[in-house]
Amino acid sequence: MSEKHHIIPVWFFVGVLFSVYGVLIFASGLAEWSHPPNTVLAELHAPVWWGALLIALGGMYCVAFRPRRQKA
Amino acid sequence: MTAILAMLTTERLVKLAPVDLAIVVFYFVLVLGIGFYLKRFAKTGEDFFMAGREMTAWVAGLAFVSANLGSLELLGWAGSAYQYGILAGHWYWIGAIPAMLFLGLVMMPFYYISKTHSVPGYLQLRYGTAASGLSAVTFAIMTILMSGVNMYAMAVVMKVVLGWNLNFSIFVSSITVAIYVAAGGLFSAIFNEVLQFFLIWFGALLIPILGLIETGGWKGMVARIQHNFPGQDFTHMWSNLGHFQDNPMGMHWTGIVFGLGAVQAMGYWTTDFLVVQRVLSAKDIRSAKMAPIIGSFFKMAVPLIVILPGLLGLAVLPMHLVPASQLQPGQFSYNEVLPLMLARYCGPGLLGLGITALVAGFMAGMAGNVSAFATVWTYDLYRPFIRKTAPDAHYVSMGRWCTLIGVFISIGTAYLAMGFASIMDYVQALFGFFIAPLFGTVLLGMMWKRVTKSAGFWGLLAGTLTSIGIFSAMKFDHRWVGVFALSPHAQGLAQDMYQSLWSCVTCVVVTLLVTLVTKPRPDAELKGLVYSLTEVAHEERVGILQRPIFWGGVALAALVVLQIIFW
Repeated sequence: MSEKHHIIPVWFFVGVLFSVYGVLIFASGLAEWSHPPNTVLAELHAPVWWGALLIALGGMYCVAFRPRRQKA
Repeated sequence: MTAILAMLTTERLVKLAPVDLAIVVFYFVLVLGIGFYLKRFAKTGEDFFMAGREMTAWVAGLAFVSANLGSLELLGWAGSAYQYGILAGHWYWIGAIPAMLFLGLVMMPFYYISKTHSVPGYLQLRYGTAASGLSAVTFAIMTILMSGVNMYAMAVVMKVVLGWNLNFSIFVSSITVAIYVAAGGLFSAIFNEVLQFFLIWFGALLIPILGLIETGGWKGMVARIQHNFPGQDFTHMWSNLGHFQDNPMGMHWTGIVFGLGAVQAMGYWTTDFLVVQRVLSAKDIRSAKMAPIIGSFFKMAVPLIVILPGLLGLAVLPMHLVPASQLQPGQFSYNEVLPLMLARYCGPGLLGLGITALVAGFMAGMAGNVSAFATVWTYDLYRPFIRKTAPDAHYVSMGRWCTLIGVFISIGTAYLAMGFASIMDYVQALFGFFIAPLFGTVLLGMMWKRVTKSAGFWGLLAGTLTSIGIFSAMKFDHRWVGVFALSPHAQGLAQDMYQSLWSCVTCVVVTLLVTLVTKPRPDAELKGLVYSLTEVAHEERVGILQRPIFWGGVALAALVVLQIIFW
């Protein structure tokens, strides 16, 4: 994104955010599997598959846009 | 301690689990960390106010559309969808896409070639100090008011969902915004807008997915709405616009096409510096042209996470929501439909994600407003009128202080928004005051070299005063609604559209009349500012898939298809 400043791409931060959130949401989905919350359609276990999706997307962004050492 | 906690919390819809709190807190830590990381790159005025003019088309395009996708948009338009039905979707389609494409393909080259730092900056070059000063003052007022309404929208979420005290929510979030924008300037604002864009999509997308599963798809949702609200049409966009009384908005198709599409939308998307500033940060002219076009595709998809949840609210919520001004204990207002839907479907974890998306939306919306305010104040008011010559570092320092001051002034304006039936009525009224006449002034200036300096100023002033006059007349005496909005059935948003239309017409007429009796500027002074005197730099020869005009055509075709589907 930056030629003058060599700033870490914003996409990397998106990846970090999604990865952390994915892990937290996926884990909470697993933890409540046997006693789902009192919400509509809780039996679909949305946190599990939504968390997995976030982990996958976040991981891809982290790898693709990880900070690299600048060439001299 | 217990007394303080009791003061901070009231009744609440849900209780956050530790995982939700962790998600919210992580977001605050991340954006503050990014702000401090970016501070080292925001040393010059060009860096702080224009993000170094080095953003790619994708980053500028996402920031462009995201600056308009704050929590205000989410809550306000979801509330409007509940109140007016799918008609609210016009503000995302005909009320956005043609104007975004016009900005990218026609107007952006002028902004970019003139190397202006702001829209008032362009007026300074084209019309001189008087028109620029007037525009800068009105824009500064508007951004502060908009920042305040963003804050209010955020505080509503916190109050309804978490039971947090309004003042507590407002101060914690706004101080965070003040710190990270003051540190990294437009860099911080744009980074946060891109993060927020993804957060909003992944935080809100589950509501329409689960909502459509619950109702059995679109047809099931429509059937439930008709059952809950018999005799009212909430699910057609054009077929009920033939008469004012045929739709919940009290709108006529002329208001949508001319008031919204031709004036309000064009004015907002092409002259509101908050959004234009994001595109001006692009690294080259092709990126600057592509950014609004990329943004238009995402804008077209936003009704999925904003309008559809409002419609689903009509279908599945067990209670009927009411205007904020008529709220009784135990009731909920239109503006609270999205948090209610969030609480309906999202348990621990997902609830935290949804809440964080709304908080991020609020913070990005506010950051956008205060960063634009800082730029306009510093470059268009402070520099020309107060201190003309100073080192670059002085103006950067002024921008940082201005960011902090802008946040604190806008805290006061948050309370102004509370009296309006719908948040979007307040916002559209503001746009009508300041944006609609500005569009007439900028467009005439770009397209017609004969327009004079005096004509630009008097046209803009007359348009703004007309808008405020019409708004006041309709608020104080309902009989004027039938005159200005063409029907006594016209509701808030419909009134706003006609208010915009008349203010722009007044601006154009006054500009033309004054032009005819004043002396035009020599052609040599207008090169790079007026269409007929500017040679727009040709881009390098690229394939059709890289050309902005091709993607503009695709976006326009998609818009037409959507109108037919939801006719």
